[in-house]
Amino acid sequence: MNDFRLNRRDFIKRAGVATAAAAFPLSVVELAFGAAQDKFTFAHISDAHIQHVKGTEFVRNWDRGLIRAVAEANLLTPKPDFVMFGGDLAQLGTKEELDHGAEMLSRLRHKTYCVMGEHDYYLDLGEYWSKLFGPHYYSFDHKGVHFVVLNSILTYDEWTYNRWPTARQRMLEMAGLDNPNGSPFMVGEKQREWLRADLARVAKTTPIVLFSHSPIQKLYKGWNFWTEDAEQVQALLKPFPTVTVIYGHVHQIQYNQVGNITFHSVMATAWPWPYPQSYAQAEHAMPKLTVPMNRADPFFERDATGWQFIDMDTGRVMMDYNLYNNTSRVVAYNPATRQPEDRVYQDPSKRIPPQDHY
Amino acid sequence: MIKPRWMAPLIGVQLLFIATAPGVEAAQKVPLGLPPLPERATQAASPEKVALGKKLFEETRFSATRQVSCATCHDAGKAFTDSPLSVSEGIRQLKGTRNAPTVINAVYFETMFWDGRSPSLEDQALHPFVNPVEMGLKDHDPILAIVRKDADYARAFDQVFGKRGPAVTMAEVTDAIAAFERTIISGGSPFDCYYFGGEEDALTPAQKRGLKLFVNEGRCVSCHVIEQTQALFTDNRFHNVGVGITAIQQDVPALAVEFLKTRATLAEVDIQVLSDKRTSELGRLAVTRLFDDIGSFKTPTLRNIAVTAPYMHDGSLKTLRDVVVHYNNGGVTNEKDRVNDFLSGGIRPLHLTEAQIDDLVAFMESLTSPEYVQPAQL
Repeated sequence: MNDFRLNRRDFIKRAGVATAAAAFPLSVVELAFGAAQDKFTFAHISDAHIQHVKGTEFVRNWDRGLIRAVAEANLLTPKPDFVMFGGDLAQLGTKEELDHGAEMLSRLRHKTYCVMGEHDYYLDLGEYWSKLFGPHYYSFDHKGVHFVVLNSILTYDEWTYNRWPTARQRMLEMAGLDNPNGSPFMVGEKQREWLRADLARVAKTTPIVLFSHSPIQKLYKGWNFWTEDAEQVQALLKPFPTVTVIYGHVHQIQYNQVGNITFHSVMATAWPWPYPQSYAQAEHAMPKLTVPMNRADPFFERDATGWQFIDMDTGRVMMDYNLYNNTSRVVAYNPATRQPEDRVYQDPSKRIPPQDHY
Repeated sequence: MIKPRWMAPLIGVQLLFIATAPGVEAAQKVPLGLPPLPERATQAASPEKVALGKKLFEETRFSATRQVSCATCHDAGKAFTDSPLSVSEGIRQLKGTRNAPTVINAVYFETMFWDGRSPSLEDQALHPFVNPVEMGLKDHDPILAIVRKDADYARAFDQVFGKRGPAVTMAEVTDAIAAFERTIISGGSPFDCYYFGGEEDALTPAQKRGLKLFVNEGRCVSCHVIEQTQALFTDNRFHNVGVGITAIQQDVPALAVEFLKTRATLAEVDIQVLSDKRTSELGRLAVTRLFDDIGSFKTPTLRNIAVTAPYMHDGSLKTLRDVVVHYNNGGVTNEKDRVNDFLSGGIRPLHLTEAQIDDLVAFMESLTSPEYVQPAQL
């Protein structure tokens, strides 16, 4: 357990190489239609918030969440093609936290990709994270789908570079909720230009899946459920008929359809956030489509945390939420209504009190 | 020392017979500390049906060696368990993998068996007869042959169900057994007298401190539920508390795939989990096939726990103190063991002192109903 110092090469060696993992027919749902080559699966784990206490001591609760998600993802069968980690591996971006988190992620028996979260970034602007996991934004093609990973938690240069006496204070300010000293997330012009060029090489019929840490939507500013240049990013995605955005940061189930873009959030392994509408004083624009997750029982610290298993079928996402001490949920694109819908609870008459009693 | 005032709430099996006699408006009087009976238990079973159920429950001819009955492992004299065995012994002393859960207050359980693989007392009663390490019959036919031919049984089934010969099936057999089991209800412990009965000195000072710990720092009450007006000491849910699975954690992936590939029916699961200790440790995963259930077992009631040692689904912890220490360590019996990757939320180190551990044990010793106090404790 003390072996939390490992370098990037170790990480890639341990996480990227598929070892002789056995096959586990646990919770895999295979869709019964679609051409075989269009179907594959991946897992998504996010928001571990590994938090250093002192020495070799880390906050146990957050460790347990990531350990469990990794152990469970290793049981998936058919083996997922890869695992995406959705950002906020660390709590305050320190080397200790990132190393400890990377060590836990390295137990994954699958190829692993990572998204940058603000808790990984604002101490050293992603420098150490990059040594472990590589570039801050990138794209790759897999079985006919074009995957894009953005660093969506950037903000104004003045805030990042000129305002704070120490890197640690900058990190702490960005980590706070409802913080008047905070600043909205954004993708930024440089990265949008990169995205424009990246997408220019992709046929318009290709399904696009974009991973970000913040929602590429404007849902609730106080907690940065928000991307300041969301409209500009959405505009770049507009020419593609099949687009899915998968984001972390919000620690709760959200889904939405904006034009051609289907949005899915993922759960945290660390802790759940309440929904902004339970925070009545402030304005919010939460998607009406979203059926909220059940209110958590705080005794079971894993309740309302979890991770996702994703079934890709002809470029559309079926999001299987693996939830602890709770009922797992499936949110999938419905071709008839052309929007993502919960397989059980979408119809208002099917909803249950824990979903809207705060 | 049993105190005289404990005799007052001594509403055991006998009174329930009276309360549910035909023609008598079901009084629904339950012992102090228990909730009203669930709906299906309120339809009064006749004393004749209950008596038939008791006879079937104690019938050794329903086993391959004609030596084992339900009561062998669920002995009324041992609070309907087989204490001090760690795991139950069936025919020819064959050992299962799990500690016999009590029948007392099973009427309130939402699922049966440690992994909840059975939905009702009726269904539950079918399985031990045909489990090779329990009563060892190949099928239920030998039971039906006896109850159809034996004069006493034939008369009783005719009287209770109006059925005879081939019309008597396992449905009637298990109906009667379940009716008997639903009368095994017990409350009125010192804790009940104190907490629900307002008897200030029903608990010792150590037990009162233990109760406070039980609902606060001990974090016990979140699963072993105490409510405003009653306490079943179970949430009827399933948790991986780091027992059993800790010893096989390296093997979980291989075991899980091996097990799940078989696509076993629940009847086959019944046999597999009691025959193979390693498969047993997969817990409720064997029933639901959900990640969340790896290594998880049903929260047992704590009523009468002081007289049903040893503890946990595998009987691996000898004393109540061992159990508290296990939880105090955050779900590992030996502090140096690796905490299981699939451990349920809620299980974490408690940092209780030795004195607090003693108080919690003292509290659990206050949960014994008067009728199950063992002679040594009187």
